[in-house]
Amino acid sequence: MNAPTYNFAYLDEQTKRMIRRAILKAIAIPGYQVPFASREMPMPYGWGTGGVQVTAAILGPADVLKVIDQGSDDTTNAISIRKFFAKTAGVATTTATDEATVIQTRHRIPETALNESQVLVYQVPIPEPLRFLEPRETETRRMHALAEYGLMHVKLYEDIARFGHIATAYAYPVKVNARYVMDPSPTPKFDNPKMDNCPALQLFGAGREKRIYAIPPYTQVVSLDFEDHPFEPYRFNAPCALCGAENSYLDEIVTDDKGSRMFVCSDTDYCEGRQAAGHHGSLSAAPYKEKAQEVSNG
Amino acid sequence: MYVAVKGGERAIDNAHRLLAHKRRGDRSVPEVTLDQISEQLGLAVDRVMSEGSLYDRELAALAIKQARGDLIEAIFLVRAFRATLPRFGASEPVDTGAMRVERRVSSTFKDIPGGQILGPTFDYTHRLLDPALAEGFVPDAPATAEAPTAPTPRVTDILGRDGLIESSPQAEDGAGIGDLTREPLNFPAERDLRLQNLARGDEGFLLAMGYSTQRGYGRNHPFAGEIRFGEVEVEFFAEDAGFAVPLGAIELTECQMVNQFKGSATEAPCFTRGYGLAFGQSERKTMSMALVDRALRARELGEEALAPAQDEEVGMSHSDNVQATGFVEHLKLPHYVDFQSELGLLRKLRQEFADANAPDAMKEAAE
Amino acid sequence: MTTIAELPPGFADKVLSAQSTFRSVMDAMARPGSVQRIVPMPGTPDTMMRGTAAIALTLFDHDTPIWLDARMAESADVTKWLKFHTGAPVVQDSSIASFALIGDGGALPALDRFALGTSEYPDRSTTLIIQVDSLASGRSFELRGPGIDGVAALLASFKPFDLFERLHVNEALFPRGIDVVLVADDAVVAIPRTTRIVSKGS
Repeated sequence: MNAPTYNFAYLDEQTKRMIRRAILKAIAIPGYQVPFASREMPMPYGWGTGGVQVTAAILGPADVLKVIDQGSDDTTNAISIRKFFAKTAGVATTTATDEATVIQTRHRIPETALNESQVLVYQVPIPEPLRFLEPRETETRRMHALAEYGLMHVKLYEDIARFGHIATAYAYPVKVNARYVMDPSPTPKFDNPKMDNCPALQLFGAGREKRIYAIPPYTQVVSLDFEDHPFEPYRFNAPCALCGAENSYLDEIVTDDKGSRMFVCSDTDYCEGRQAAGHHGSLSAAPYKEKAQEVSNG
Repeated sequence: MYVAVKGGERAIDNAHRLLAHKRRGDRSVPEVTLDQISEQLGLAVDRVMSEGSLYDRELAALAIKQARGDLIEAIFLVRAFRATLPRFGASEPVDTGAMRVERRVSSTFKDIPGGQILGPTFDYTHRLLDPALAEGFVPDAPATAEAPTAPTPRVTDILGRDGLIESSPQAEDGAGIGDLTREPLNFPAERDLRLQNLARGDEGFLLAMGYSTQRGYGRNHPFAGEIRFGEVEVEFFAEDAGFAVPLGAIELTECQMVNQFKGSATEAPCFTRGYGLAFGQSERKTMSMALVDRALRARELGEEALAPAQDEEVGMSHSDNVQATGFVEHLKLPHYVDFQSELGLLRKLRQEFADANAPDAMKEAAE
Repeated sequence: MTTIAELPPGFADKVLSAQSTFRSVMDAMARPGSVQRIVPMPGTPDTMMRGTAAIALTLFDHDTPIWLDARMAESADVTKWLKFHTGAPVVQDSSIASFALIGDGGALPALDRFALGTSEYPDRSTTLIIQVDSLASGRSFELRGPGIDGVAALLASFKPFDLFERLHVNEALFPRGIDVVLVADDAVVAIPRTTRIVSKGS
């Protein structure tokens, strides 16, 4: 039987070259979706194959990798992807945002501000921001070519007419460098402002849809809106119950079947860092998590 | 005291351990071998090889075993392995006219040169569960006869000699053969890429699409010109050697549909073609593929393309079961961050609705 | 006549050197005007600089048609080395090239002789790799655009003298356009099509 052997970071060199060329074009044309010959990866389409291919193409032995899903390093798919690279590339991994050189993410941008030495790699399910308005690739491609984005504005305006607000809470469309309308991946719109003028390079990989796109550092990223209905990031109005943060995106945790709930940071590294630095929330009896586990175990 | 969920890594390891245990099943029952799968579940192996795009019975059997018989999961395993293999080039076109035919039927003629050969088929079996097969069944040895020496020309070639069917559309000289596993697919797509997409496409999806053309959604008057199954030689042109070297023989099923004729003031009317080809014995797949191939040729043949089966963006973008299953099943992954954002918006809209619809008195009281 | 055995070798470690070179080029493209260093190469053929050779080994293969200017093409070793190490087809028609290697900037053809991409597929353009005299000294330029925090300064000495003026065409063409990588020995600077350049004199 042909026993499989795999290259550094799994992908063969020819595939990496093809992805690397696509990444360079993506950086040169901010917000434009570069078609690439996405490979079949050993994890399912829709589970981060685009992000994984981009990460595999850029990763080197000196990198420190962080992988998050929903803001957390400990969600199952984040663990699975982190293990994949630890195994195939032998790179160091971390959960600390400020220690990482490459961060692969699904659905969140870390709360800790990114810096110039970092690359943020997004997993993207549907890269085409116009797809749900126009299912045909030939049509959406033409719209991007002509920068004809009226349809998107009509959709947002219909929301306002119907609900009084733009009814898009995540994957909120942005315009990059005043040219391409781009899908930021299904991050909550709370994260949109972090993409604007960000010091880190942002790369987006959509494996199933075979597209790579990018936002270079220090590039203008504007969330689409109207003068009388300006873009508003959403955040539940409460401090984090564990670290007391008042400016982080919160997960809602249902604590019983009687309607009790609590709100905690979705970015677990940020929350733990704050707790370690002595910040407290209403429910953090122990200074931070490890301590809390000791208490409950003891 | 709330503590965020940790320990996902151990949970994953344990889940996979349990999967391995369940896969083995009752350990007092003998383990199924790859040979058994390859020999006795041969059509499952054929399907996994076809849609997995890799002709290797042993790996396909392993994939089926590893996937606990879930064929789409097995196809996925084979595809992921295939993606890591180096690509040396394209083989010479296989000559299905020279196939060592094991089965060959035509519905367009009562008899054809070389004869109709039923071969191993479920056709005409009465679908009655057979308790004799439950255990220890020893089938009779197959009937034998002198091997026929007459050639078995393709029915479409017989029609083609009289110009009754369009000649098979030829690629331009020197035009490379597309490979959608190596280059991103762009629309409109040429027929080489369409056929590759269909050959890798999900049998059930193609069956439904083909069926829809029969029921009027892009009807194209098909006749099963010929379905043949057997062994063909594969050759590879070695640039160093300067000639084609044989790589071995593979089993293929080919279906050529003879379809609705075309013609114009300047062109004599003739039948048109739909083509299906798959590894192993895969008749349902190749017949469906041929129907959909013909439907997708609407643009090229100047027909109005209104039905789903005629729409290459609909067909080609959704035919791949590995892509489809990944994206459908990804809904299992956590989405609570997006959901929270949506929940916040919905609460706000509900609050505004309640405020707007509250009786004035209550509004005032509330204020 | 050089035999293949006499050609300079490729990367000592194919995988890791390609990765490191790519990261330098990626950083260069993401931060226009910044000078990035390329891993040292053991040797390069003839007129080819170390940076150019490393980029070729990192990004070229069977799928990337390459156009060579007269200076590059006149060296049989360059062609042979490229063919042997990358397998990339060398084409005569610059308008279908993925990459163009420019050894003599003074003879750079008009930019519209290269692929500029289409409105639908602006990525289908030629990337120019131009060997220059220096990326540390020379005339002074100010760069603005995506990837740059405000203004980036660049000192460079290159031919053609009016290269950056010619690249103004990118502004009108966008999203079509030409991306340029300047190489001086092991130093690399990228000028993607979004970068706007003003000369500050010498």
